[in-house]
Amino acid sequence: MARPTPQEIPALRETARRLRKLDIQMLATAGSGHPGGSLSAADLVTALYFRALNHDPADPQWPGRDRFVLSKGHAVPIVYAALAVAGYFPESQLATLRQLGSPLQGHPDRRRCPGIEACTGSLGQGLSIGVGMALAARWQGAAFRTYVLLSDGETNEGQTWEAAAFAGFHHLDHLTAILDYNKFQLDGAVADVLSMEPMLEKWRAFGWEVRELDGHDMTQIVEALAWATTITTHPTMLIAHTVKGKGVSFMESNNYFHGVAPTAEEAAWALKELDGHGPPPAEFLATVRRGAK
Amino acid sequence: MTAPALQKRLGLATRDAYGQALAELGRRNPKIVVLDADLSSSTRTAMFAKAFPSRFINVGISEANLVGMAGGLAASGLIPFISSFACFLTCKGYDQLRMAVAYPHLPVKVVASHGGISVGEDGVSQQAIEDVALMTSLPGFVVMVPADEHATRALVNAAVDYPGPVYIRTGRPKAPIVHTAETRFEIGKGVVLREGRDVTLAANGLLVWEALAAADALAGDGIQAAVVDVHTIKPLDQALVEAQAKATGAFVVAEEHQVWGGLGSAVAQALARTTPAPVEFVALQDTYAESGTPDALMERYGLTARHLVNAARRVIARK
Repeated sequence: MARPTPQEIPALRETARRLRKLDIQMLATAGSGHPGGSLSAADLVTALYFRALNHDPADPQWPGRDRFVLSKGHAVPIVYAALAVAGYFPESQLATLRQLGSPLQGHPDRRRCPGIEACTGSLGQGLSIGVGMALAARWQGAAFRTYVLLSDGETNEGQTWEAAAFAGFHHLDHLTAILDYNKFQLDGAVADVLSMEPMLEKWRAFGWEVRELDGHDMTQIVEALAWATTITTHPTMLIAHTVKGKGVSFMESNNYFHGVAPTAEEAAWALKELDGHGPPPAEFLATVRRGAK
Repeated sequence: MTAPALQKRLGLATRDAYGQALAELGRRNPKIVVLDADLSSSTRTAMFAKAFPSRFINVGISEANLVGMAGGLAASGLIPFISSFACFLTCKGYDQLRMAVAYPHLPVKVVASHGGISVGEDGVSQQAIEDVALMTSLPGFVVMVPADEHATRALVNAAVDYPGPVYIRTGRPKAPIVHTAETRFEIGKGVVLREGRDVTLAANGLLVWEALAAADALAGDGIQAAVVDVHTIKPLDQALVEAQAKATGAFVVAEEHQVWGGLGSAVAQALARTTPAPVEFVALQDTYAESGTPDALMERYGLTARHLVNAARRVIARK
């Protein structure tokens, strides 16, 4: 992967901001969904779709495309935003999220939505599916790479480690997993529910080349994704330290917004903030609900 | 009408027939790849592994990952056959069969061995009696239980051409031959093995032979029993069930499965739709089995010809 041009990183940051705004608008319109985990993944998803992935929105079934599996399926609104901006379908379709008949299901559906590669939403399954795709590439002599975005909570699932062991043992070097390590799962902090630390050592012990990075620093993300393509001996894991709800101050590390969509007022303030108007006033913030720490 | 005397002739176990058919298919179709979870010498995928080592992977003892990987392989244009024991593959891999195979309707071919209680001495943990109920409840899955080596070969071949997910249950012991190499098999079409006018014995798997033996015994009492191999539970052969209901007016459904959610439930549903008729169910009556020889278990749990004969008499009395 070529080094990013001086203009590219700011452009990617701007795209990530646009995706976050679409994410908020979609969720507020739908009235349900998962803001926290989609906002934490926004920068990673941006770097994937607008920098790392070799794909063609005009030909979603192109056999040579890189595969992206969103294992943390509940974060799919941010992927829908990326797919729309990339040109898989019109941006106007985002307003149909979660409505009857929409291709934009509450969790990813590969048969209904162009650009979606796997049906996910039952946590722990995506890495196995990605391993199958990476193995298919090897067996078919194809050059495509497979990327899988995991949540920290879903590393609780045993299947994740079955897949990790297989990929490590078989040296699936065309497979890159990215951990959106936002430190929260539904019921609270990962550290309180079931911490999987030491995370880095676990993946390394399973035979992966591992890098840690700031999952909101676009330069670091781009560099880490480029690094992954240079590893030809092992699968690669990018442990991206992120902030749940990143980009909207009153959602950041506020686990209330794990699975509750913003109200119209909350969405309005969130969009203002994403437009650079600073955090909302104290009287509004006093009304914002807070989740378990 | 007197049928020629039945002769029990043991053929291959259906798992052996699968292993052979799969290795043969591998020669013809380069898209076929095979995954097993450390039971390849028992499921007989080892035959394929030996012939095509570069298209086979033993994933280790990890059924959930096995099924998920198969979804990824199928989504990338390959036709994965995946095998393990039926109890492990369907129970440990169920969420993955649902999300990575059934929901995206991918052409994964699940061929699971050691179906039913004829597994024998290993006991309950290895005896799948719920697999048909589990698999028929997944939308879009074809579910089949072949009776002998001929049926297995034909249905494994048919599974490749079906553009979606397929489940085939194979068995551990040698299976009596009930078909011929010339029998025509089609997914979703039952095979009439014997015509009759008094009762229909509908069965699959090893119970097809028992049904033939039961029909023979019933004929001695002047009862003309039809015998139908309903190898495909889903989609069920509705037309055949209707035709048999009109011809005989009573059914015995026999299977090596829990009575809830198997072939019996499917046939009863089909009958209730259009041609209500009394039915007796020869199956495991909401119980697990135990350790024992296959023959002893089949007798103890009511899955032999003698039990079909009794069920036939009961159901005829209810007409």
